[in-house]
Formats: sequence, structure tokens, C-alpha cells
Amino acid sequence: KSSKSPKSPGPGKAGDAPNRRPGHVRGARVASPPERRARLASPGPSSSSEAREELRRRLLGLIERGGVVIFSKSYCPHSTRVKELFSSLGAECYVLELDQVDDGAKIQEVLLEITNQKTVPNIFVNKVHVGGCDQTFQAYQSGLLQKLLHEDSAYDYDLIVIGGGSGGLSCAKEAAILGKKVMVLDFVVPSPQGTSWGLGGTCVNVGCVPKKLMHQAALLGQALHDSRKFGWEYNQQVTHNWETMTKAIQNHIRSLNFGYGLSLREKAVAYVNSYGEFVEHHKIKATNKKGQETYYTAAQFVIATGERPRYLGIQGDKEYCITSDDLFSLPYCPGKTLVVGASYVALECAGFLAGFGLDVTVMVRSILLRGFDQEMAEKVGSYMEQHGVRFLWKFIPVMVQQLEKGSPGKLKVLAKSTEGTETIEEVYNTVLLAIGRDSCTRKIGLEKIGVKINEKSGKIPVNDVEQTSVPYVYAVGDILEGKPELTPVAIQSGKLLARRLFGASLEKIYHTLFWPLEWTVAGRENNTCYAKIICNKFDHDRVIGFHILGPNAGEVTQGFAAAMKCGLTKQLLDDTIGIHPTCGEVFTTLEITKSSGLDITQKGC
Amino acid sequence: MAAMAAALRGLGGRFRWRTPAVAGGVRGAAQGAVGQWDYDLLVIGGGSGGLACAKEAAQLGRKVAVVDYVEPSPRGTRWGLGGTCVNVGCIPKKLMHQAALLGGLIRDAPHYGWEVAQPVPHDWRKMAEAVQNHVKSLNWGHRVQLHDRKVKYFNVKAGFVDEHTVRGVAKGGKEILLSADHIVIATGGRPRYPAHIEGALEYGITSDDIFWLKESPGKTLVVGASYVALECAGFLTGIGLDTTVMMRSIPLRGFDQQMSSLVTEHMASHGTRFLRGCTPSQVRRLPDGQLQVTWEDHTTGKEGTGTFNTVLWAVGRVPDTRSLNLEKAGVDTSPSTQKILVDSREATSVPHIYAIGDVVEGRPELTPTAVMAGRLLAQRLFGGSSDLMDYDKVPTTVFTPLEYGCVGLSEEEAVARHGQERVEVYHAHYKPLEFTVPGRDASQCYVKMVCLREPPQLVLGLHFLGPNAGEVTQGFALGIKCGASYVQVMQTVGIHPTCSEEVVKLRISKRSGLDPTVTGC
Repeated sequence: KSSKSPKSPGPGKAGDAPNRRPGHVRGARVASPPERRARLASPGPSSSSEAREELRRRLLGLIERGGVVIFSKSYCPHSTRVKELFSSLGAECYVLELDQVDDGAKIQEVLLEITNQKTVPNIFVNKVHVGGCDQTFQAYQSGLLQKLLHEDSAYDYDLIVIGGGSGGLSCAKEAAILGKKVMVLDFVVPSPQGTSWGLGGTCVNVGCVPKKLMHQAALLGQALHDSRKFGWEYNQQVTHNWETMTKAIQNHIRSLNFGYGLSLREKAVAYVNSYGEFVEHHKIKATNKKGQETYYTAAQFVIATGERPRYLGIQGDKEYCITSDDLFSLPYCPGKTLVVGASYVALECAGFLAGFGLDVTVMVRSILLRGFDQEMAEKVGSYMEQHGVRFLWKFIPVMVQQLEKGSPGKLKVLAKSTEGTETIEEVYNTVLLAIGRDSCTRKIGLEKIGVKINEKSGKIPVNDVEQTSVPYVYAVGDILEGKPELTPVAIQSGKLLARRLFGASLEKIYHTLFWPLEWTVAGRENNTCYAKIICNKFDHDRVIGFHILGPNAGEVTQGFAAAMKCGLTKQLLDDTIGIHPTCGEVFTTLEITKSSGLDITQKGC
Repeated sequence: MAAMAAALRGLGGRFRWRTPAVAGGVRGAAQGAVGQWDYDLLVIGGGSGGLACAKEAAQLGRKVAVVDYVEPSPRGTRWGLGGTCVNVGCIPKKLMHQAALLGGLIRDAPHYGWEVAQPVPHDWRKMAEAVQNHVKSLNWGHRVQLHDRKVKYFNVKAGFVDEHTVRGVAKGGKEILLSADHIVIATGGRPRYPAHIEGALEYGITSDDIFWLKESPGKTLVVGASYVALECAGFLTGIGLDTTVMMRSIPLRGFDQQMSSLVTEHMASHGTRFLRGCTPSQVRRLPDGQLQVTWEDHTTGKEGTGTFNTVLWAVGRVPDTRSLNLEKAGVDTSPSTQKILVDSREATSVPHIYAIGDVVEGRPELTPTAVMAGRLLAQRLFGGSSDLMDYDKVPTTVFTPLEYGCVGLSEEEAVARHGQERVEVYHAHYKPLEFTVPGRDASQCYVKMVCLREPPQLVLGLHFLGPNAGEVTQGFALGIKCGASYVQVMQTVGIHPTCSEEVVKLRISKRSGLDPTVTGC
């Protein structure tokens, strides 16, 4: 193994973590030849001093990883001798051939700054600058080189990952597969209501998984309702039992927690259920539940601590309100619920709670689903409204008071208008806050080692290889600054907004309403489900936006996302045969453009 | 107008379509110049393809007529405008499939906290009535649409008089003659009856009847291994009926065989009985009204018998060409299948007569292909288009209890075309998240992507077995149409938690021999 691509050992494998490289999202279809060559610096930074700083950080990151790093030129005989020497010593080398990368000359300049040596080969062994060819052979003869090579084990681990969520775990497992000694530190600080959970992070414990299962439970309520029209006979009033559902969901989650632990063990990743905090360079303090402290060192670190729900900072919020951290394991039915917020978390929770037949109110400060296509967002809102969710627009809570204890108790909420002086007061059993999430980056000692965070948001700025301002520290997941927190939809909406603001209209929008076949017999509402694509007129009607509101939206969208990656155009959509009868097929027969203003209600088969 | 039409026909390349079919082209051109036809376009058959073609042509400003006539089934079932899909195919089938799925969801519901006393019985009459009402509303919708677009509709049975003229016979025997410049045959197909089996015609029903039964079919024997057979057996089992499938050889011929056997395995584990390697030899009606079926078991060589309330034949479909008097127009059909032979422009051996949909030799028998073919044909005839219908990589979904969606090549076909060594198959057994809480068995939930082995590993076929397979497959069909490679699919971010994300997470190749069971999130 003499040459690898100059990248970090891949924090976050595609498929496990959301796409963190917006530049690659659509670029894959036409790789322009000049980009075929490796680059160490990203083409991003604008000024040359910024670019230089960026390159320096990359190089230091490479060197800080330890092991043997050789900056070489493929034709240089001295470089070849050095490579042969290390190979005879059985040492694995990371070789960067400066004549084969685009920015080789710049790298050489930066190396001059760092090492005072411009010539190649330029050799580092376990972070120590050895020098050129002659110095390396001298060091070999004096035995220094062998000593340096064996200092490999100066750190306890090659990699410590702080945070055992989706991003952290996949990174840890991948590093372990690549033969690295890896540790994962994961510790769930209990929520103000005392809820905590096992290994796996937000998605598994208090996110995607329980949310989709509760969503499924709510859909089943609708299915039960439908089923009578499809000939299934039962007359009694069907009621929903929160405890039965929650118990079943929590059992499933525990099995997933167990599975994660097992998979870490299988890959020989050390898992420590402790809170990790940097104390000095390369060193971390791990504090367990009992308050016992242990110190570990590593050559590199990945921060993957994720986010936790935000609180309002008003009287009574932490004492009496719950968040999504608590909802999915709540031991009692929440009863009449106020959901505060308009994020997708807020709407999803409000949606399934209403689906169980609960009295649900959503208090919205400004707009629904910020960052998503606003037309779709409004339709989601009005569908929910039709299905019994009450919305209180342009209000924010100012105080929560407990009137009665209990499971659930009674809470009085005082809210004021964002537009005037109006206040309202209402009593609920449960108040669920879903007003946003904060990064868990402020209490992990980042300041001790100089990792920069955005002081305002708490997010960590990284370059396009997820490297922080400290070369050996990387970050993945929700704590990254300026990276889409979830879907390509977010990227797209941002782009569209910018075009709307600064550019001419380049888009052609096709849309239609549709009536899922399953809804017809059940007598569910027609002309509610909606499909829309956005095409770029000046790029062969390339599809740049894809939106569907209807059943199984996730299942439908996935394949189209793959197609968009392959450069999907309107023509190709038209050439595709529909699968009949499904909801997905509407995309193969979109004819009406939005600008035409024609009727989009569906008729016929 | 007529001159323009003639000019357009000239442009359309009438003379370029010269087929070995005698001098019809020249004769047609001579008559066309006279311009004395009743219609620019006459469509025979008011199914998905025919209606789409007629509506498109009308949209382009042409004078169009549609003739449609439903010959009652041997059991006497008949229906309205819209063809197989709407009346006795996709639509009622998927609705009854949905009814069966709801049965499964009712059993799931208590695990999710819904307190429903089990078991919940099912009322066929209520379902059938609701389904039939919906179908009738669609029939009406089609009528209205034709009216809106000024397409003339005749409820008559059509037969050719000559190559530009069709005789229509109404129910009461009244006759009309209709002539047109262009004629499109879109009469579709009807279920085949195994007429050689004693009692088959007298006592059996087909998919033409099942959706219109007023009473529950009761204990049912489904004969056949086509997707129609398995779909019907699937929903009958799902609504609680004792259902047996009798098949001669393999299920779902032409589909990927590994997927097909998973489909039947799932059905068997959910209560459908299978009699494999058997062929029926006789159906008799017993004094109590039950049907006694005798069959031959080819593996044991023995004879078997059983009694059923209903015997459903699903042994294939035959094109509805018999009464068209095609020979009067000179339209050639395949001697073996009786299907109409066409070229890539859907033109028959007579250049101004076209055929689309299930009645055509070598075409997939699917609604959306007929619709698209019809629309494109009208655009070529009257809209100055030259776009041909692309029948490659047509996606489809079999709505068995566990749905099977596919697009592109089966594994067998890929290996046959490219060789074992050049094909890489990625696969995974996964568990839908929704299955976990009610503890449903997911042994047959499986996804497989067939790729070329050589980088970047072009995707040749995708096969998905699991809930909502149609919804999952549609988008990937597009990707595959765009020439997606395995690498590109892997670069697509998953939507979590869905079943379709399993496709973009496929990492295990069959060649590696590793366990393809998905564990964890």
C-alpha cells in the first residue's frame, strides 16, 4: 500500500449519515475531466490566504494522524530510496506524490513554512519531522527512526468518537473495519423530565424510529376506519391504548440498543457509557454515571454529539413541559396536548397524537416547516387542520403553570400574540415543546483544545472533509454548521429561494392533485394529495425539485431521488411507464404546468 | 382540411411504411385524397389505450369516434366503458388487495394500542358493492370525458367491412357503418377458458366475474400461476376465504424466479394452499351445489379430488380479435396467438390501421404502456411528432399480499444476456420498521439489484418484495431509465425510515456469499 487518496478515513459512510457533500449531490453525473486529479485543497475558499490556511490545516491533519507520511515526487530517485527503506522495515506509508496532485506546488510552499524544507522527499514519522532522504537514512543508522516508528502506541486509541448516534457509530465501525483501534463514548444526559435511553442516538431512541412507529399507529387508526367500507365488520367504538403502544415501541428500541452494543463488540470497538470532555490536546476525560473519571488519549477524534431539544426559557418550561426526548416513552397518555413549534418534529408529533383521537393544538410563531417548500407546507397544515388539529397562529407561550399533578396533570399556559398585545390562556394536560434543537457542543471542552464553534448556534464549522479548526478533530452529524440537517429538499429550497430573490425564473413547475385509489372506496377526501416537480428550463428540463404529499411519500420519493442523482429530466419522466395503480405513477403523466393555471383535479383512471 | 390531412399523411411517411402487405398503401392514399370518411380516427375498444388515443387525437382537433362493446362473460358478467383495467383488472383488483391488506392491519392494530376485539369478520357484499360503485363512477367519468372532448362514442360491437369501414352492431341488433381515415384496434384481451376440461366453461368463473360477484365466492380454487392467479388468491385468502392455487409448473413465468418463489412462499405461510405440479381434468357440480374438481398430480401420477364453492380460471388471456373480421381489412395476426402484428409505429400490415395494448403481439399487457402507446400514436398521426413508444425497462408491480415490484431484467435474463461472470447481484433481506411492533414475519422481505459487474456497474434490473412495492419501484424505474449505475444508487441519500432506503443501502453481493440480512438501523 503505497498511495491512498488523501482523505480522512471517512467519517460517516454514505447511506448512514445524510449527505454532507452538497458539491457531490448532483455533480456525480458529469465528472469533468480536470477534477479527475486529486486535490488537497477544496476549490471553495475564495481568497488565496484562506486557501493557504485551509491547505495548511489539511497537511497538519495528515501529519497528526501519525504513522509514516512521505511527501514525494514519483520520478525522484531519492523519494524511491526512502520508500524502499520504509517498505523493508515493514512500515506502512502514506505517500503523497506532489507531481501527481493539482496543488503540488502550493503544498511544497506550505511544507516550507511548516518544516523549513522545500525539497522532496519530506518525511514525517509519528508526527516528528525527520527531514529529507539523507536525514532519514542517518536516523535509520542511528536507530532513531526505529524508535520513532515504535512510538506508534503513544495514544490509547487511534480514534475516539464522542457520541453514539447514527453518525458516530457508523464512523467508529468503519474505522474499526479498517483496522483501527477505536473507542466510542456515549452518554445520555437525562432530560429535565428525567428521561434517558440507550445506545444509538436520537434517530433510534427519540427520533425517526419511534416517530415512524407512532405515525404507523395513527395510520392504523385511519385504516381501521377505512376497513369498514372495505367490508370488515365490527361495530364497537375503537379506542386507543397509549400504554400498549408505548411498551411495544420501547421494546423494539431496546432490541435496537442491544443490537448496536453487539455490533460494536463484534467489530472490537470499545464502548464506554461515559460523558466525554476534552481536557487537553489529544486527551479526554470520561465521566460515568457514578461520577468516576477516566482519561483516554487518541490520535484523532470525531465529535458526533448531535443535538437536544431546545427549551423556551420561560417560567415553568423545564419543570412542566416535555419534549420529543420524553414523548415516546411517556408512561401515560398525554391527553389534551399543546404542541409548541412548527418544525417537522412539531407537526409529526401533533399529527400522530391527533390520530390517536387526542385533542391537539399547535402553537405557531410564524410559518410552518421553515426551509421546506412553503406551498407544500401550507397544504400539510391545512390537511392537519381538516383532521382535527387546531392551530394557534402567531402566538408564543410566556408562562406555564401547574394546576394539578397527575398522569397527566393539568397545566395552564399563558401565551401572547407576536403581533399585538393580545394574550390567551388555556388549560392542557401536556405541553410538548418542539421549537428547535441545540447542538451539544458547549460542555465538551472544545475551548480547551481550540475547536472553533459558532458562538451563536453552537454549531461546528468544518471544511468539506469534515475537519474542524483543530486538524486532528473532525465532526459529523447534526452539529455541523452550514450543512443540510437532513434531506436534499433543504438544499433545493435554499437554491430556489436564492433564485427567486436574485434571478430570473428558470423553472417550469408541473403539478397535479390526485386521489389515491385506496382512498376512493374509503370515501376519503379527493384532491388533497398533491404532486409537483420543478424543472430547469435552461438545462434540458432537468428535474431540480420533487415534491409529493400523500400516502407512502417516503417510499415514493426514494427512487426518484436516485433518478435525480442520475440527471432526471422531464422527458425521461414522460418516457417512463407508470406502475398502475399506484400513487407514484402520477409523476409519469404530469402535463399541467403551474404557469398555465389549468385545473389540476384528477379525473378518471 | 382534407388537403392538409393528406399532406400530413404524406409527411408522416405513409410510403415509408411499406410493408409486405400488398398494395393497400397505394390504394389507401388514392381514397384518402378524396377525403370522404366520417372520421379522422376511429378507435375500436374503449379501454385504457383506446381512450387515451382517442382523447389525444380529439385534443389535436381531429374528428374522433370510439366504439366499445363488452361481450358478456360466459357467466353473464358485463360492465361499462373503460376496458379491463377499470372494470375487471387493476382497479378492482387493487381495491380488493387493499381490503385484504386492511385485514392484516386490523390484526396489527392491537399491538399499536388500538383496542379491537379479534377476530374481525369480513363481509364480501359490502366490499364488492363499494368497489363496484367506484368502478361505475369511473365508467361515468370516462363517458363524460369523451363527451367533453367531443369524441363520439358508440356502444356497438365492431367488425371490419373493408379497410376503412367498420360495421357496428348494437345490443338490439341495430347496425351502423362507420368509416375513418385512420383506425386503431385496441380491443384488448379476455380470460382464456380451458375448454378441453369438462365442466370448465359451465361451472368456472374468471377474473371477468370475480370482482362483480354479489356473494362471497367461498372456498375457492384458483387455477393458474400467472400474476392474476396469485393476486386473486392473495386477496381471497386475505379476506378470510379458504383458497387453493393449483399450478402446473412455475409461478410468475417471465418474472425473476427467486422473487417469484419468495412470493408464493409468503402466500403459503399466510394460509394460501398450493397444489403444485397439478392440472385439473374435470369439474362437476354436486347435488348440494358445490363443485367437485378432479386433478392429475404429475409428480405422483395420482389423481386428486376436492370440493370448492368457486373455481376461478386464471390460465392466461386471449386477444379479443375473433369478431373483428380482420381478414376483411387485411390485418395480419400471429397464427399461434391470434394477436395482431405491428411495427415499432404500432402500424399493422395495413398502414393506416394500427393496434395498441393487450391485443398486440409481443407487448407487455399493462395499462400504462397501452395509455402511453395510444397517446404517442395520436401525436404521431395528428401532432407532427415522431416519438416512438419505448417498450424497454417497463416497470410493473404484482399486488400479491407481499407486493413484488420490478423493473428491468430478471437475474436469469441478465445472466443469459451477459454471462454469470459479468453480472453482479446485490441483495438484502430486510425488516420493514412497521413489522417490528406487531412482530410480523419478514422472512420474504427482500430486495435485489442486478448490475453489470464492470464499473460503474450499470443497473440492469431491480426487484423489490415488500409493502408498497409499486410506490418504491416507480422512482427507481426512472433512475434505471436514466442509466443509473450501482455507484450512483449508492450515492443517493436514504429516506429514513422507509423500506425503499434498503435499495440505496445494498452493499452485499451474492458473489461474496455474505449474509444479506439487514441488521440494525
